[in-house]
Amino acid sequence: MIQQNENNRMARGAFERMLWRHRGEPGKLIPLLQAAQDSYGYVPQSAIEQISDVTGIPSAEICGVITFYKQFRLKPLGRHIIRLCKGTACHVVGAETISQVLCDELNIAPEETTEDGLFTFTVVACLGCCSLAPAMMIDDQTYGRLTPQKIRNLIRQYRRNAQKTAGVAASAKA
Amino acid sequence: MREVLVGLGSCGLAAGGLKIYQRFAELLGSDCNGAVLKKTGCIGMCYAEVLVEVRDEEKGSTFYGNVTPDKVERIVESHVKNGKAIPEWVVSPNGSNSKQKRIVLRNCGVIDPDNLDEYLAREGYQALEKALTQMTPAEVIQTIADAGLRGRGGAGFPTGTKWRLAAASKDTQKYVICNADEGDPGAFMDRSLLESDPHSVLEGMVIAAYAIGADTGYIYVRAEYPEAVKRLRHAIAQATARNLLGSNILGKGFQLNIHLKEGAGAFVCGEETALIASIEGRRGMPKVRPPFPVEAGLWGHPTCINNVETLANVPWILLRGSEAFSALGTEGSKGTKVFALAGKVKRGGLVEVPMGMTINEVIYDIGGGTLSGKPFKAVQIGGPSGGCIPASLGDTPVDYEQITATGAIMGSGGMVVMDETTCMVDMARFFLAFTQNESCGKCTFCRIGTKRMLEILERICAGKGKEEDIALLSELGEQIKSSSLCGLGQSAPNPVLTTLRYFLDEYTAHIRDKKCPAKSCLPLVEFHIVEDKCTGCGLCVEACAVGAISGAKKSPHKIDVLKCVRCGKCITVCNQGAIEKR
Repeated sequence: MIQQNENNRMARGAFERMLWRHRGEPGKLIPLLQAAQDSYGYVPQSAIEQISDVTGIPSAEICGVITFYKQFRLKPLGRHIIRLCKGTACHVVGAETISQVLCDELNIAPEETTEDGLFTFTVVACLGCCSLAPAMMIDDQTYGRLTPQKIRNLIRQYRRNAQKTAGVAASAKA
Repeated sequence: MREVLVGLGSCGLAAGGLKIYQRFAELLGSDCNGAVLKKTGCIGMCYAEVLVEVRDEEKGSTFYGNVTPDKVERIVESHVKNGKAIPEWVVSPNGSNSKQKRIVLRNCGVIDPDNLDEYLAREGYQALEKALTQMTPAEVIQTIADAGLRGRGGAGFPTGTKWRLAAASKDTQKYVICNADEGDPGAFMDRSLLESDPHSVLEGMVIAAYAIGADTGYIYVRAEYPEAVKRLRHAIAQATARNLLGSNILGKGFQLNIHLKEGAGAFVCGEETALIASIEGRRGMPKVRPPFPVEAGLWGHPTCINNVETLANVPWILLRGSEAFSALGTEGSKGTKVFALAGKVKRGGLVEVPMGMTINEVIYDIGGGTLSGKPFKAVQIGGPSGGCIPASLGDTPVDYEQITATGAIMGSGGMVVMDETTCMVDMARFFLAFTQNESCGKCTFCRIGTKRMLEILERICAGKGKEEDIALLSELGEQIKSSSLCGLGQSAPNPVLTTLRYFLDEYTAHIRDKKCPAKSCLPLVEFHIVEDKCTGCGLCVEACAVGAISGAKKSPHKIDVLKCVRCGKCITVCNQGAIEKR
């Protein structure tokens, strides 16, 4: 818990420094929101108010920009982000089935986060590795030529790893 | 001396290229008969990633495809150390490269994108030097105009004309923007180019800025391309350090500062006025033109926006002359075009062909035909703004006007090959779902019209289509095209209209016979278990939510067609491939 607070404080620091440094420059709203999201994992209400205070842009306008672009999130993300590609090349080789399998395995719909906070599942238009279709990314790692079986194994592997690290953390505490 | 190059574009990285690189680094160690290990960008043969090239001073290059960590040791022992190639692992670039002409991709997969010296060694920034020392801005523009270069982002507007308009303005503040917001699903040309040869794009930008008199530039790049952003940032820093960018370029007193702007995920921002709005920090919504950006663009100043591929052509044209460029291609379309070949094709990847080559040549001679070996059914060109061209029009040459005549558009260069298992109605639905989702909502017809069209298509795919739907789709499509402000709405109905034009029989099969000829729309197919393949493992019985599958353990199961709701779940759990769609 202490560690988490420390992290939050540092994240806030990075975002605030950027906010003050660029406050007078035109066209900085999107980079500022990106910085907020990088720091917190999403754009919290407090960041919107801060940006509005410093730049003078009304918070309604900031919300308008946030909801226009797909990149921005108003809710915290899960620990791992699954980005499933639904580009043309992936679609013709069965991305729809892959999506179904992921929903079943995670027990959530696209754009939702699992109850345990481990995964957020989102669908993206194209990851740009069409020759590896169907493809998805978990965090920064790309997985290509997916099959239902491959996906189930992958998700289970991430779950096992999460349990393992949780176990290590618990025993360290004890 | 031998060089080992590992392809580390996004494709290569996704296929595990970094592990291969590390394995080579381990095995080669500090000294291995003086062999050199290098990273490079996209080699273009994405179907065979991870790709490794062994370059021999005397014997030339050998490409190894589908390299896995276990293969590395033998490549090192046999080829790198002892000069003996391993023929069974070699992939021949001849099949895919012989008919290609590499102008834009001249350095892709050849140089290390993070190393400016390698770019300089291949005539890098010489075109810029020539422009700054020997040519006036007007001469630069004339050369580009004479070459007949047209915008590669899709619309094909003559680049020379655009530059001339921007140069003509008396405003003292002008901007150049590189549009790297490549959003078409199924297209990855710009990403590969930025990852593999960022300096060629930067050089093109500096020349464009010199030609029109701009001192500030922006590169608007998709945030979904982290690797491209990273390499561009690195390239800008390198070029600035060597006075190839910055306040006194090549000591000639010319100034250009380039800023990188990461997009935030909105397809419509590929449209130039929307892109400008996004750089200004607002919602990316298109504006009425005129005034065009060349008159009043970013913050009201003249702005010249060019696509990544267009800019990469510029240095080549200045060095080789406009005649060398206009010698390639057709009457109205000069030079080459890069295509991202994907879908059900044997050798997918990045290809660059002279304009005027036919679609058949691209698919069969370069792409190696379809995966199944059967003839292709259709090819989708131009992404969601383009259309599906049927195999019967395979002789259509790659040319702006000729492709437009088929109802598709050249677009940015996505080329997705489809075979008989792809349902064209579903394809139309897929693209419309994309544009519908990406419509910014400003124009009523685009916002609501695409939604209505999508509902109709969903209905048809679900087997609930009505006879009058076809006429309704064409009517709505024409209206959306004529009453939308920007390219997104004007082209959104194209995939539907072209499939209606060439594959009307598939629509009628869905509507009248309630059948999907490609067996791809699940509500319109019947599921059956192939007895010979079924092992009776019972996985499908467990998976079926409606209890439609029965059978004793270890003997073939059966699906009750009347109970089956056609969710397709049994297919995803069957390890034997025993469930068949009819």
